[in-house]
Amino acid sequence: MAKILKQRNIISLLILIAIVFPFLTKNEYFIHVMTLSFIWMIGVYGLNLLAGYTGYLSLAHAGFFAIGAYSLGILTVKSEMNFWLAFLLSLLITGILGFLIGLIALRTKEHFFAIYTLCVGYIIYLVIDKWDSLTEGVRGLIGIPAPGKVGPVNFEEPLSQYYLVLFFLLVTVLVVYRIIHSLSGRTYIAIRNSEDLALTIGISTMKNKLSVFVLSTIFAGLSGALYASFIRFIGPDIGQISVTFDLLTYLLVGGIGTLSGPIVGTVLIVWLSQELQFLQDYRMLIFGPVLTLLVIFYPSGIVGALTGWKHKRDEKRKPQVARASSMAFGKSQVTVEKPVKEG
Amino acid sequence: MFLETKGLTKRFGGNTAVNNVDFTVEQGKINAIIGPNGAGKSTFFNLISGFHPPTSGQVIFKGQDVTNMPANKIAELGVARTFQTTNLFEQSTVLDNVIVGHRLRTKSTLLDAIFRTHRLKTEEAICREKAMEVIEFTGLKHVMGKQVGSLSQEEKKRTAFALALATDPEIVFLDEPAAGINPDETEGLGELIKQIANKGITVCLIEHKMKMIMKLADKIMVLNYGEKIAEGTPDQIQNNPTVIKAYLGGSAIA
Amino acid sequence: MEIFVQQMFNGLTIGSVYALVALGLTLVYGILHIPNFAHGALYMMGGYITLTMMTNFGLNYWLAILVSILGVGLIGVLMERLVFHPLRHAPPIHDKIAAIGILLFLEAFAQYVWGADYQTMPSPYDQVVHLFGLTFTMQRLLIIVFAIAVMILLYVFLKKTFTGATIIAMSQDREGANLVGINTNRTAMLTFLISGGLASIACSLAAPINLVFPGMGQLVILKAFVIIILGGMGSIPGAILGGYILGFSESLGATYISNDYKDIIAFVLLVIILSVKPTGLFAKGGH
Repeated sequence: MAKILKQRNIISLLILIAIVFPFLTKNEYFIHVMTLSFIWMIGVYGLNLLAGYTGYLSLAHAGFFAIGAYSLGILTVKSEMNFWLAFLLSLLITGILGFLIGLIALRTKEHFFAIYTLCVGYIIYLVIDKWDSLTEGVRGLIGIPAPGKVGPVNFEEPLSQYYLVLFFLLVTVLVVYRIIHSLSGRTYIAIRNSEDLALTIGISTMKNKLSVFVLSTIFAGLSGALYASFIRFIGPDIGQISVTFDLLTYLLVGGIGTLSGPIVGTVLIVWLSQELQFLQDYRMLIFGPVLTLLVIFYPSGIVGALTGWKHKRDEKRKPQVARASSMAFGKSQVTVEKPVKEG
Repeated sequence: MFLETKGLTKRFGGNTAVNNVDFTVEQGKINAIIGPNGAGKSTFFNLISGFHPPTSGQVIFKGQDVTNMPANKIAELGVARTFQTTNLFEQSTVLDNVIVGHRLRTKSTLLDAIFRTHRLKTEEAICREKAMEVIEFTGLKHVMGKQVGSLSQEEKKRTAFALALATDPEIVFLDEPAAGINPDETEGLGELIKQIANKGITVCLIEHKMKMIMKLADKIMVLNYGEKIAEGTPDQIQNNPTVIKAYLGGSAIA
Repeated sequence: MEIFVQQMFNGLTIGSVYALVALGLTLVYGILHIPNFAHGALYMMGGYITLTMMTNFGLNYWLAILVSILGVGLIGVLMERLVFHPLRHAPPIHDKIAAIGILLFLEAFAQYVWGADYQTMPSPYDQVVHLFGLTFTMQRLLIIVFAIAVMILLYVFLKKTFTGATIIAMSQDREGANLVGINTNRTAMLTFLISGGLASIACSLAAPINLVFPGMGQLVILKAFVIIILGGMGSIPGAILGGYILGFSESLGATYISNDYKDIIAFVLLVIILSVKPTGLFAKGGH
């Protein structure tokens, strides 16, 4: 019991900090960077659900990010549609494309799935780049509006945008939280641990993989749409594989397969990158090896490592009770809602 | 006919692993399949449980042709199985393993999970209850919070049983359940298998431990080189010359 | 008709390069069962090392390539020892992520050392030749001839030498190879050495007719993956055949369908193949 509260407490604390952050700093640049990191976090949560909990590494993630961004951009700029309608449609479009692609992609496993999605991601990028008439190609799409008014609240200012994005992030975290603490979450983890065994115990792996795939693409699309509306202009480069790799790095550093991993990893790396501005284009000189070393020595990232140590310490104290603990990639123990009473 | 196979055959390239096997599983009884190593017993299980599609022949369960059904659909119909090399979710605890074993009987979807519907909460409770019931039945209560990877071989075998039972099966296929455990533990597992049968669940097992089989089984089928060479009660099998010859002297391996 | 023959010749050229890259990739997959996502970076490094040797150290083309082969081969061996060997028992997702980390590093490294600009590699073979109504530069002919020579050499090495046999044995059954006393570690390192060398040769040959830039390996590696899935992961004849098929398809596709979208041909092919046969064209069962 204490464990769950601890996890919930950590998240509550982070949320509190996030809410008061703009008042602590007042620096518009910081607020801008933080908003951007929230946007990335949403995408990372999508990646986490699919790769961390279900075990399927989709390298097409940036492609869906771009689809979300471009859907919003094209609908608002070229069709001059109402913002929120366009926003909703962007999510729908991304989800539908995610469904169609997933239908085929998920028939492949492991290596093939990674390669297949790698190629799908590239196709999406290429199409955006070359289909000038629709996407403006290399020129990029400019003049994307900020989020439309909701009642009396308008979102032209950085501060209001910050809170809007934070709102969507919180929704994302809530959704992911509920999923992993449910039967669906258990099902995904079963698939990750052994897809054959999951089939043997009657789990319809295709249906489950497809639903989590679509959800992960919707998160990517949400992230993309928010990005488009925040930065106000987009180019084909947002669909490049490097974006997927960035998100993957945030996820791995934070802790793949954990609930707070995406938050920790994204904040850390985004801010580190800001500090190391002089490196800018050469960030990967440091982050590349970090990624590789992490996956060899600390595959469960920061959060995973911390949880692992805590768990080991607790194990020494009370060995037999069914423990509530958070997920760690490679050492998965599902968080149970109520600890089982011992006989 | 509860479960029967008709002319079940499986060829892997040039190798015929299972050749034209007709077999009937008696409901409510303990059925056994024995035979020398490489006789095709595990492959036979794989064909029945939907792991491999057969090259020819049929599998009929409760009157329904399940020959080419995928493994998860067959599990839904009430056919559970364990594996020769213990196949469990190694990184999860015993409890978590068994809870997900009941998932196939639930209908909650992703949307249920996201909106925490009443259905989800009820079904989670049901899975947990079922898990506890099965864990008690298989005598694993004292280790239910332990990670499967850290269990002893015998505990792992029991967990595999528990997982299979959590799917609410009508028939369980146990592939060498007593492999790699000592005689005392074997007795214990034998008892457990009897109790499973007493609950009304049909059992079909593959084993090499003859004493265990002869004590437990109501009906035995003998496979050799993928073909059925004998079928009958333990007494009949023990005295069957073809069977004795197949085992080269018929040494009763404990 | 002339255009067709010309394009067939181009296809042969492109195909040769693809085949060499795919060969390197398939060799590594054959023994380790991991798709080396960093292979494109090896390709790219091969080109840069050759370029540097020629422009900064004044070596001639062939010596430069030799140095490059050794250099990239060494990088490959380091990758095997420092990254893939420690990860051999980890879940497969780890290999992929680790390879991606190496890829990102090498690309950033190349950009840091040589800059992001597109550079040209001067080749001593840019004389134009007219033969049988075809027009091409010597370099293109060289690519084809040399690539085929390398492939033959590789074939002879694998089939006729003992060391080569150890690689084949290991690709068929790692456990078994170990049991009969083959030093699987050494064989793994050797395979990576060869794999890196092949990538390096491919890039060094192709660079004079293309440009050298840090991202040059990205597209090539994607296509190499398509090739080995088409030809069978771990299959050497498959890699060669697949390389040429793709080369011809692209060359003809660029001319008769669309030059803009020619790169998509490979991926459309892949999407179609995997949609119909999710385990690849020549699945050996299991992977």
